[in-house]
Amino acid sequence: MPGLEPTLLHYLLLAAALLVISLVGIIANRRNVLVLLMAVELVLLAANLNFVAFSVYYHDLSGQVMTAFVLATAATESAIGLALLILLFRRRGTIAVQTLDVLKG
Amino acid sequence: MNGEMNNMPPVLSILIWLPIIAGILVLALRHVGHGRWSRWLANLAAWVAFIIAIFVLCRFQTGSGMMQFTERVMWIPHFSIEYALGIDGLSVLFIGMNALITLLVIAAQKSDSKSGYLSALLITSGLTYGAFSARDAVLFYVFFEAMLIPMYLAIGVFGGAQRRYATTKFFLYTLFGSLFMLLALFYLYSVSQTFSMEAWQHLPLSIYMQLILFGAFFIAFAVKTPMWPLHAWAPDAYVEAPTGAAVMLAATKIGAYGFLRLLLPIVPDAAHQLAPLMIALSLFAVIYFGIVALAQTDLKRLFAYSSVAHMGLVTLGFFLFNATAMKGAVLLMVSNGLAIAALFFVAESLKTRFGDCKLTDCGGIVKAMPWLATLLVFFAMANIGLPGTSGFVGEFLVIIGAVGHQSGYQLLVGLLAATVLIIGAAYTLWMVRRVVFGPITHPSVVALSDLGTRERLLLSVLAAVMLGFGLWPQALLGMADASVTQLLAHVALPKL
Amino acid sequence: MMLALIPLLPLLAALFAGFFGRRVPRCWSHWVCCAAVGISFLLSANVLYEVATLWPSTGIQSNSVTLYTWLDLGSTKLTVGFLIDPLSALMMVVVTLVSFLVHVYTIGYMKDDPGYARFFAYIAFFTFSMLMLVMSNNFLQMFFGWEGVGLASYLLIGFWYTRPSATKAGMKAFLMNRVGDFGFIIGIGLLFAALGTLDFKEIFGRVDELRGLNVSLWPGVEWSLLTVACIGLFIGAMGKSAQVPLHSWLPDSMEGPTPISALIHAATMVTAGIFMVARMSPVFEGSDTALSFIIIIGATTAITMALLGLVQNDIKRVIAYSTLSQLGYMTVALGASAYSAAIFHLMTHAFFKALLFLAAGSVIIALHHEQDMRKMGGLRKRMPITYVTAVIGAWALAGLPPFAGFFSKEPIIEAAHSATVTGHTYAYWALMLGVFLTACYTFRMIFMTFHGASRYGESKSDAKRGAHKKAHGVTHEAHHDVHESPKVVTIPLIVLAICSVFAGIFCVEPVLIGDYFGAAIHGNYVAHPAMAELHAEWHGILDYFLNALLSAPLWLALAGIATAWYFTLSSPKSADRLARSLGGVYNALKNNYYVDAFYERVFVRGARSLASVFMQGGEQFLTEGVLVQSTSQLVRWGAQGLRYLQTGYLYHYAFAMALGLLVLMTWWGIL
Repeated sequence: MPGLEPTLLHYLLLAAALLVISLVGIIANRRNVLVLLMAVELVLLAANLNFVAFSVYYHDLSGQVMTAFVLATAATESAIGLALLILLFRRRGTIAVQTLDVLKG
Repeated sequence: MNGEMNNMPPVLSILIWLPIIAGILVLALRHVGHGRWSRWLANLAAWVAFIIAIFVLCRFQTGSGMMQFTERVMWIPHFSIEYALGIDGLSVLFIGMNALITLLVIAAQKSDSKSGYLSALLITSGLTYGAFSARDAVLFYVFFEAMLIPMYLAIGVFGGAQRRYATTKFFLYTLFGSLFMLLALFYLYSVSQTFSMEAWQHLPLSIYMQLILFGAFFIAFAVKTPMWPLHAWAPDAYVEAPTGAAVMLAATKIGAYGFLRLLLPIVPDAAHQLAPLMIALSLFAVIYFGIVALAQTDLKRLFAYSSVAHMGLVTLGFFLFNATAMKGAVLLMVSNGLAIAALFFVAESLKTRFGDCKLTDCGGIVKAMPWLATLLVFFAMANIGLPGTSGFVGEFLVIIGAVGHQSGYQLLVGLLAATVLIIGAAYTLWMVRRVVFGPITHPSVVALSDLGTRERLLLSVLAAVMLGFGLWPQALLGMADASVTQLLAHVALPKL
Repeated sequence: MMLALIPLLPLLAALFAGFFGRRVPRCWSHWVCCAAVGISFLLSANVLYEVATLWPSTGIQSNSVTLYTWLDLGSTKLTVGFLIDPLSALMMVVVTLVSFLVHVYTIGYMKDDPGYARFFAYIAFFTFSMLMLVMSNNFLQMFFGWEGVGLASYLLIGFWYTRPSATKAGMKAFLMNRVGDFGFIIGIGLLFAALGTLDFKEIFGRVDELRGLNVSLWPGVEWSLLTVACIGLFIGAMGKSAQVPLHSWLPDSMEGPTPISALIHAATMVTAGIFMVARMSPVFEGSDTALSFIIIIGATTAITMALLGLVQNDIKRVIAYSTLSQLGYMTVALGASAYSAAIFHLMTHAFFKALLFLAAGSVIIALHHEQDMRKMGGLRKRMPITYVTAVIGAWALAGLPPFAGFFSKEPIIEAAHSATVTGHTYAYWALMLGVFLTACYTFRMIFMTFHGASRYGESKSDAKRGAHKKAHGVTHEAHHDVHESPKVVTIPLIVLAICSVFAGIFCVEPVLIGDYFGAAIHGNYVAHPAMAELHAEWHGILDYFLNALLSAPLWLALAGIATAWYFTLSSPKSADRLARSLGGVYNALKNNYYVDAFYERVFVRGARSLASVFMQGGEQFLTEGVLVQSTSQLVRWGAQGLRYLQTGYLYHYAFAMALGLLVLMTWWGIL
């Protein structure tokens, strides 16, 4: 069905939607740092989606190679992020975002 | 300015880097032998620099406005920034004075002075040589700014009770001023593709641009000189600084030198146009600071205001565009440097005996300390221009030049400039009367000892230099004369 | 080079006494200083001899020697050098002679003072500066000497530095002199601006170029350059020669030891102003306005200061006011263009005024530093030499024949009469009245000190200087040991008395009437005929005597003496009655017309209040407060406001980032 064939635009729209969702997750989330981390992962996911979509569109494999890099980065990032999260919880006893406000003038 | 003469070893580089390297070594050696080594090294460096400076003064060819002892190495080729050194008649006097002042300041240090302080003084001294001999604007700027750092530390670490406030104010003021100069330098580079100050002298500039550049240079040098109303850092810094640093700060007239080296030759038309304003500011400074000096109760502060008042006379001499006044202003820069150094040393001697320099606390010192009293009176008189001493030469020439300058306000400017005679005498005599003569106000005065050999020698050297300068100023003016004349001739030509 | 020795010898002596005086026996100081000044005097006398006898035959008029170039300004060289001509030769001799005598006198007067060597150092330095002043051939060196004598005067007035009144008087003297110097330097500057040189001979040669030049105060206000320059120079002279209204430092300067009152504040330094104007005669001749100004100032000084002399009780202050008044006479002579009359009076005055001061000093030491004439009296028999010499001095001062003042004062009055500048009539009458007053206060002093009953040793308790006397071990029987002063004191008195007797009669013909000064003094005899009239009226000394008998001044002077006699000796009570009946006037005179109070209130306090206004309003409020503190306050407020943007919440930052991204995308046209 040619009408349902996904085009580049669809992929891009999906990626944009993911980005917006993740941004909202970052901005609106005040409770949980874990959710924050997930939102950040989502940002990377959106970027990955774009990479793959363009890779197919241009028939250029380097986009998919890049995706592998990003995935690796995302994995390390989440590992470090979770480690920090655990440290934070041990020290503070909470992982609520609104308590993390010492970085101010 | 135009040609170059060099068949010398790089003496200027040695002059600049020797004290700086010595300063670093002094700091490094501070723990060796209870700091004895570092003091010894500091003295040695000051002496060697002094001897080299004397050599420079002797080999300096008078009667020529050209740059001498030149050195030139490409530094940052991409922006055609050069490590270019050289001195002409305008700088040579200050090279000599810096050498003398450094030597006296270092020699005056007692055995308990900190290595860090000595190091700061030496580094400042080296950078001062650099600022006086730089021919490249960026090089000048670097030396000019770098001087702030050791001075900031010297005041902030080793100063008096209010040292933090004073040194912060000093740093911010000077930095603020020189940032404007930096902008001006960038602009000049953008139109000339060079940072050579000599090349800039022949750069045609529109009057609007000249006025803007004038403003930028003026703020930088007026802060450093200091001129009213940008002087607020000066009295505090002079008073709070340890004596050696205060002397280095007040006696090396780098701010006023900037007027001669950058401002006047690069933007002469703007200088002519703004001369009335500058004359008014200078005259105001002369009278205002003189009268403010009358109200001082602290000896050092009184001397600080007196120095600033005389700097008003210097800038007045610059902007009259008259040979007599200009030469007088250059000589006054030197003589005021000597006088303020001597007076700060005397204040220091009093301070070590009384604990502070309040006018009300010391009184009748002539009885207990005839040497100190005599020298104080001599220096104070030299400061207010008693004929036969150094202070007279510049003051006399500037006043004579003011009366003779070409404008409709000839007599008024002359009259106002000459008030320095009366005001200066008023604050000096009042100070002398309260400190030197009169009944003894402090019970411990009688028991105080007169100057020791070191202090006596130090101050006598200064007194002798001031007397020699006063009796035969031609020796100094002879060196500066050709360059000042050349500067005046250059400034007289429009470069629009 | 012999010329250079004349000033340098006293300088070397001063350096010796100043630096080594305290380490060598005291007598070394006075031997070195007296010898140096003595040799200077002999050399000066030799110069005068050459100038007076050899030059006229060879036609030399002046000899200008340059020692070295002080400063080379390109357009002109400022040099140090000497101009020897009849005028400077005469001054050199007067200065060195009086100075030498005062040096000798000091040996006796300062015998017990702890600052013995210092005193000699100062007066020798003074002699050096004064010689540099009178011998200079240019304004620069003259200014050097001018300030040098001012410094010496300042140091000597405040010699007894533990007395607040002495240091105050010294400071006042220096400051008032600086006010004069203010004018002086303006005058010098104007001449330099117009002619480009400071050399006297060049200025004199080119003085015509000055005519028609103007100087503007500000655009639209223009005055003749010559007049302004002359008035400026004369203001310098007013400071140095203590003319009204810059006079009030001179009476106070009596705080200094008496020898310097004689040397500096009577005979030499205060006449520097007169000398300078005479030296500048070619310049001053060009401006009638300036001459008018001079004659009016001079006449005012002469009359007002003479009135003050009448009411003083301090013996030194009487002579000080008399000096002021006589300086007024000299100034009038200058204003009347009778420069040689002024210089002649300067010379005779130097002798008899130094004599009077030294005689007063002799009395003062005899009475153990008592200066109040009400506590003197009857000293005639105990101090015969002092008495006789003082009377000679008084006689000469009063202008009575045949002593010096008689020959020098009368021509000044004549000159004022025949002058043409505005104000000369006023000057003439002022001087006439002055003659009466001079005789009156001088002889009042003589009568109170030397005649009548002796009053010393009375009423110790109220004596102002009681403490001082006790320090000298004086008891109630003090008057028994009042005796004549030692020879080092009396010999200078005798020498000066001889000069006061003969300086007039022998010098009047050559110096005043004759052609001694030659070209050294330049008068425009057509426009200012005073000197010409004097010449015309001169028919020899005998004729001068006879004329004097018929003229008013002699009789006025005699009347003055009679008045003094009546009020002091014959009927002392009537003086008190007169003083009471003239209460307001008397108080005004007692208080120097309230000039001191006026200066104190207006200038001293004015300056101090201005200083504190500038300090508090300018420095502390405007500079420190507004400029520095409010800048830092502004930064602080700004930062305070901006830090609220920095909440610390991650989601705020993320929101700002997202917002920023949107804005930028809009800006770049992507959205």
